[in-house]
Amino acid sequence: MTEPLLQLQGVNKSFGVVHVLHDVDFAVYPGQVTALVGDNGAGKSTLVKVIAGIYGRDSGEYHFEGRSVDVHGPRDVAALGVEVVYQDLALCDNLDIVQNMFLGREIKRGPVLDEAAMESRARETLASLSVRTVKSVRQPVASLSGGQRQTVAIAKAVLWNSRIVLLDEPTAALGVAQTRQVLDLVRRLADRGLGVVLISHNMTDVFEVADRITALYLGRVAADVPTSEVTHREVVELITAGRSDRHGLAAAAETATI
Amino acid sequence: MTTDTPSSVSATETSKSSLADADFAADARQVTTLRGAATDYVNRLRGGDMGSLPALLGLLVLFIVFGTTTDTFFTKLNLANLTVQAAPICVLAMALIPVLLIGEIDLSAGVASGTGAAVTALAIVDKGFAWPLAVLAGVVVGAVIGVVIGNLVARLGIPSFVVTLSFFLALQGVMLLLIGQGGSVRFDQEVLRGLAIKNVPPTVGWISAVAIVALYGGLSLFSFRRKVARELAHPPLALVWLRIGALAVLVLGLTAYFNTNRSRNPVFPIEGIPYMIPVVIVILIALTFLLGRTSFGRHLYAVGGNAEAARRAGINVIYMRVMAFVLCSSLAAVAGILQAAYSGKVSPGSGGGNVLLYAVGAAVIGGTSLFGGRGLAVHGVIGGVVLATVDNGLPLLIDKSYANFIVTGGVLLLAASVDAISRRRRSASGV
Repeated sequence: MTEPLLQLQGVNKSFGVVHVLHDVDFAVYPGQVTALVGDNGAGKSTLVKVIAGIYGRDSGEYHFEGRSVDVHGPRDVAALGVEVVYQDLALCDNLDIVQNMFLGREIKRGPVLDEAAMESRARETLASLSVRTVKSVRQPVASLSGGQRQTVAIAKAVLWNSRIVLLDEPTAALGVAQTRQVLDLVRRLADRGLGVVLISHNMTDVFEVADRITALYLGRVAADVPTSEVTHREVVELITAGRSDRHGLAAAAETATI
Repeated sequence: MTTDTPSSVSATETSKSSLADADFAADARQVTTLRGAATDYVNRLRGGDMGSLPALLGLLVLFIVFGTTTDTFFTKLNLANLTVQAAPICVLAMALIPVLLIGEIDLSAGVASGTGAAVTALAIVDKGFAWPLAVLAGVVVGAVIGVVIGNLVARLGIPSFVVTLSFFLALQGVMLLLIGQGGSVRFDQEVLRGLAIKNVPPTVGWISAVAIVALYGGLSLFSFRRKVARELAHPPLALVWLRIGALAVLVLGLTAYFNTNRSRNPVFPIEGIPYMIPVVIVILIALTFLLGRTSFGRHLYAVGGNAEAARRAGINVIYMRVMAFVLCSSLAAVAGILQAAYSGKVSPGSGGGNVLLYAVGAAVIGGTSLFGGRGLAVHGVIGGVVLATVDNGLPLLIDKSYANFIVTGGVLLLAASVDAISRRRRSASGV
């Protein structure tokens, strides 16, 4: 197997007396979709925020491309090429697709916005992701469907030559056809060589696009396995009980307290 | 890993060139015909994106009503007076647009304009400042007011309605303090007063008008060509020419109109464009540029559209909020100076009363949304002309001030209703 692009080792994180993450190991491989699954309160969001640099770590190591890196905030993480697409997308309805994709990082010539360069690059990025569903890149985001918005948010994340994209529940609010579009896009991102982390509650989606599954149970990694080696039922058991027949935490962990 | 990335990057490079056209064919880069553009426009209107259309139609109706029912409305002297009357309202309405764009309100802009004018007038009369320095002093006072309001709203988190209402009251007290009870300061500095009472020489007016049309035409055609060359989204060529034509008719028509003699007395001809108009045009162009072509403007729209998204995109939302109020109060001071030039004096009541509601009304009538995120500098000018027309024409029709108040209030309410309804239609149709 190739070397992981991003690797966390032995990460612990507490909020006051609540110990949320216990010695978590997590790896993202280039060209692969890693699904992060777990029940509510298992620590998925905390782990994502630790990766994104929003939360610091109490202990544990943060490796990027095999090197240990110091991460002190979201800007450090963004500089490494790690982008997070949050569930609530954060797009401005009154701006068009190009304006949203470049928001806060506009291309300028002197003091003036270089609309031509931004439009070309936005179109290139969308085209390279084979996005064919938007009528025009000059369409306001308000006129887009949920799936198209998700697409724009993801395209915004990959516009900056990102290496890793973390997607928080990207299909949660979407219909069947739109879920299809977004999952195809997730697959294409990985095929481009990016490391993709998919956080999802939907087992069908996970089994469809993920190469690896990391299951969290009460703040511990219950299993980190290739998708081909687990069944749907086993993953559900890992999520709900922390163990199944072949995988999972040792029995002692079941008595562990958080 | 080391072997993976280069290959994937080169794969991306090749896919860029091969996919760009074939796979992105659904992206409509241009509306090829004028008819297509017209259909698009109608669809936008239906979707609730009305822009300035209601205001322009309203203006047409007002002109027809006042023109047919009164003898004096269409006299040249009156129409020239109308434009000078409209100028301060237009500028104050433009001042409010940055604040409206971020979804806030500045109720103190009117009295801030009066305060700025009072400072300018006192600097000239009492301190003997040169006029540019006095104007600067007025604008700086406006900016300081904006900094205080902006910080109270953005950092302390007091609703802008409350902060600016307090300033509306407090600044009236400041003006009484500056000018004195029952007094007024004359505003007769030659250059500043000349803005309202003097006119641009007709030849200069013609040259400027032609230059403006030529510049606009040249820039539009240049940008059209560049968009076509780089295969970007662009309007049909016919529409570009139509816009240039419309601007030419408007600018050259107004110039021709103002450059004919409008005096009743044949011995003293009055001709030329009032100086107030170029001032408004310069402010309009500057604000349009700032809002539409700079990242500062883009960020203002973003904060008004979705402040959380703007924050996550790395925009300093607090700074943008403060700057919107600074821009508003400084431009308001300019509006106050223009108003003082028109009336020839500054009194403690300047900028009070219904001045602010006129300005908010003008911006909203012109098409700027009270809900934030939508608006253009030109909306202030269009709305300002509509309200000045009501203000000017109604007394000729019914010489009772009650009618003026009721009609102006009604027009404002109508504009706000159009805004609210189009917002609902927008969220329903998603345009």
